[in-house]
Amino acid sequence: MDYSQFLVMRGEISLLVVFLLIFLIDTFGGQKSLKGLSVAACVLFGLHTIWNIIPAESASAFGGMYQISPIASLVKTVLNIGTLIVLLQSISWVDTPDVKLRRGEFYELLLVTLFGMYLMVSSGHFLLFFIGLETASLPMAALIAINKKDTESYEAGAKYLFTAVFSSALFLLGLSFLYGVSGTLYFDDIAVNIATNHTPLLIATIAFVLAGMGFKLSLVPFHLWTADVYQGAPTQVTSYLSVISKGSAAFALMLILYKVFSLDPVVWQGIMWALIVLTITLGNLFAIRQKNLKRFLAFSSISQAGYIMLGIIAGSAQGMTALVYYVLVYIFSNLAAFGVISSIEHHSGKVGMDDYNGLYKTNPKLSVVMMLAMFSLAGIPPFAGFFSKFFIFASAIHSGFYILVLIALLNTIISLYYYLLVVKAMFINNENEGCAIASFRSDNGSRVSLIVCVAGILLLGIASCVYGYFTDLSLLGI
Amino acid sequence: MNFLSLFVLIPLLMMLGLWMSRDMKQIRTVAVIGSTLLLALSVYTLVEFLAERAAGNTATMLFTDSRMWYEPLNIHYAVGVDGVSVAMLLLSSIIVFAGVFASWKIDPLPKEFFLWFMLLSTGVFGFFISVDLFTMFMFYEVALIPMYLLIGVWGSGKKTYSAMKLTLMLMGGSALLMIGILGIYYQSGLHSMNVVEIAENGHIPMNWQYFLFPMTFVGFGVLGAMFPFHTWSPDGHASAPTAVSMLHAGVLMKLGGYGCFRVAIYLMPQAATELAWIFLILTGISVVYGAFSACVQTDLKYINAYSSVSHCGLVLFAILMLNTTAMTGAVMQMLSHGLMTALFFALIGMIYGRTHTRDIREMGGLMQIMPFLSVCYVIAGLASLGLPGLSGFVAEMTIFVGSFEHADIFRRVLTIVACTSIVITAVYILRVVGKLLFGAVQNEHHRELTDAEWWERLSTITLIVCVAAIGCFPHWISDLIREGVEPITNLLSQAL
Repeated sequence: MDYSQFLVMRGEISLLVVFLLIFLIDTFGGQKSLKGLSVAACVLFGLHTIWNIIPAESASAFGGMYQISPIASLVKTVLNIGTLIVLLQSISWVDTPDVKLRRGEFYELLLVTLFGMYLMVSSGHFLLFFIGLETASLPMAALIAINKKDTESYEAGAKYLFTAVFSSALFLLGLSFLYGVSGTLYFDDIAVNIATNHTPLLIATIAFVLAGMGFKLSLVPFHLWTADVYQGAPTQVTSYLSVISKGSAAFALMLILYKVFSLDPVVWQGIMWALIVLTITLGNLFAIRQKNLKRFLAFSSISQAGYIMLGIIAGSAQGMTALVYYVLVYIFSNLAAFGVISSIEHHSGKVGMDDYNGLYKTNPKLSVVMMLAMFSLAGIPPFAGFFSKFFIFASAIHSGFYILVLIALLNTIISLYYYLLVVKAMFINNENEGCAIASFRSDNGSRVSLIVCVAGILLLGIASCVYGYFTDLSLLGI
Repeated sequence: MNFLSLFVLIPLLMMLGLWMSRDMKQIRTVAVIGSTLLLALSVYTLVEFLAERAAGNTATMLFTDSRMWYEPLNIHYAVGVDGVSVAMLLLSSIIVFAGVFASWKIDPLPKEFFLWFMLLSTGVFGFFISVDLFTMFMFYEVALIPMYLLIGVWGSGKKTYSAMKLTLMLMGGSALLMIGILGIYYQSGLHSMNVVEIAENGHIPMNWQYFLFPMTFVGFGVLGAMFPFHTWSPDGHASAPTAVSMLHAGVLMKLGGYGCFRVAIYLMPQAATELAWIFLILTGISVVYGAFSACVQTDLKYINAYSSVSHCGLVLFAILMLNTTAMTGAVMQMLSHGLMTALFFALIGMIYGRTHTRDIREMGGLMQIMPFLSVCYVIAGLASLGLPGLSGFVAEMTIFVGSFEHADIFRRVLTIVACTSIVITAVYILRVVGKLLFGAVQNEHHRELTDAEWWERLSTITLIVCVAAIGCFPHWISDLIREGVEPITNLLSQAL
């Protein structure tokens, strides 16, 4: 065996090194070094991000099991940036009494799920893909239930576990059909084999694969777990789940559809069309009625997943660029919102939208950050969300989906309504008598993360070089 | 760097200055210096523009500058002006200048108010200087969103309802617009976002024009208060604070008219000629319906808001007549209505600030109490009902002459119907003037009120001078506009 093949997996290996170092500190470190664990994790992970920031060349290893392309490598960097922000936001949370004992586990589980996502993003064989999928899902259930004393937290963990297992089962069923049709599990070989062998079984395969991934992405009608899990999980885990897990699943789904089923896109585009309309519309309609901000962002993230799918349905390099760019912008915007929510929850324990009434008077900076996040999620210029929405719509229009884009655009008005409700609570409503959120200074980790997010929201759109760079990479092929 | 970019840069620098300001005095200093600079800049643009034209430069857009922004989609940051946009820039800077003085004593949160106000101005100026569809659309949306907080925080009455209604309806319009813009981009076969380039070399297939023209026209028409999408306007204007009503009715609604003119008709002249009749009927309804609605209102701001619906409807109506005279009249009406409606809203704000009511049944005899404001109100009213010598007459005269040029019965009948709005306007204006200014004093407490302060006088006099200037010397401004309109009417005559 040629061991130099491992060098292709540079990203995975450096992530494993970070994981092992944290594991060693956690296992053998004394009380004093454990205190520094959260900062050490951020620093190590930051180094890992920088180390992998230059995209890898296209390469494959282990007989095509593992395939890496510049755009896949870029996706990993995007995931790294998001994870780093989540780690920064959780610095003060892991020191709270409930979590303190398990803070090592928090970092280890988190990095393992990230490792699983890495495998999904750069696999060339369904076996590796499935291993990645499971590695990304099962530890996540433990992460969600990490707050052992909180009944909601482990209820959410159980819910997540059951749906994850069920969706994996569906996905596996789809794979077995696929194996029956094509006789192989290598992406490239399947594409060649099914090109000459059209059977109805293929449609069933696509349906099962879409359903399996739909659970991960919380597309309607596979979204029912989302709100409860988002609400029950600790806010840091929720933010990780809503951006990183979703972003990687979106790219992985695109990878499968573009590589394996690219010869006959009309089949899956039809299914996808319906899924997108349902996801965006229902996500938006349910979000209107939410009063708990974490549930609110859960439904908002469902509809955002629908917008992300517009990049997939386009079926072009432009769609791929727009998707990765959208995910990056979405990471910054959504993590800004979750950063504010977790800071406020940490200091006052409040997560209701009504609790935010008059927040601008007591915490002006946090309110402004929250407002920027809401505007960016709603797609208001000059914030980054406007640009990412424009490009993803442009890619879908380029492939001829005028009606679909029109429906999506009309939905942005509904979404603007509920995003403005949050802005209204903070800036226009009067504060509640006696129980307003007191003004406080958030911890340094959150501050740094929020500054990074705000910089991203303000600059990503204006600085066109980011989108140009993404385009160059995606033109090199998936 | 092209000097047109200063129109965007100055408001942005002002926002930076405002952000660092510590007290009211500094805020006012920044606001006054910035808005004066903008006014000076727009006058400079006008002078340079006229000089360039006199020297024989006949390019469609002058002072153009184009920088690559998003290469994969060929999006540029492209600026340039023609006669119409120069006129619009002038209008915007006058109203921003007057608006700063009208909100001299804004309370609470003056700093935030001016920050949002300047963001709104950035959007407005950016929109008028852009010649790239994407940049234009971006600035358009930048101008819309500050309205939500400006009305929601500083407004009066049912402000949260109005703010939400206004924002959602206008964003709905811009959703249609985005489809229109992307459609134009992909169907013109040019892979270009530049407006002039698409108009001159692009060929949008006819079946696509039937789809894209209504999208863009309605998209911009929502902001131009086209029936039945005008309902945001009365509520929004009535709830907004003074300076915001001024800027919104005075400038922002013109964005709609300008957009219809620059994007919908300029880029798709064939569809415009064939589909104009549908929108002529809708805008005709706006004109008459708005005027009738104004007659039965009792709130001063509602009267003026419905009058704006009527007058802005006339702008779109004239644009759809698709000939040089009517379109010139349309742009003059934009200018004239912008100035006089800003004057109206400024005066209403000042009266409301004193009497704390806007209901005309509770006020009367203001001529004895605050003569300066009342005289200004009369002047604004006379301009609105089209007295010769003031701007309204020139604009409406040009529009109706232009519209009547069409020989077909349909357009002539519609023109006559629209003409009746002049009479109805006289009804509601004279009713208010008679009741409010010359009637008996309704509330004895009002006798103790004072007349205008210096900043209020400055704000109103600026606007009155401009209204009178257009009315007395219409030629230079109509020549300026005419040469901006001609490239479009040339395209239209080719399309026939």
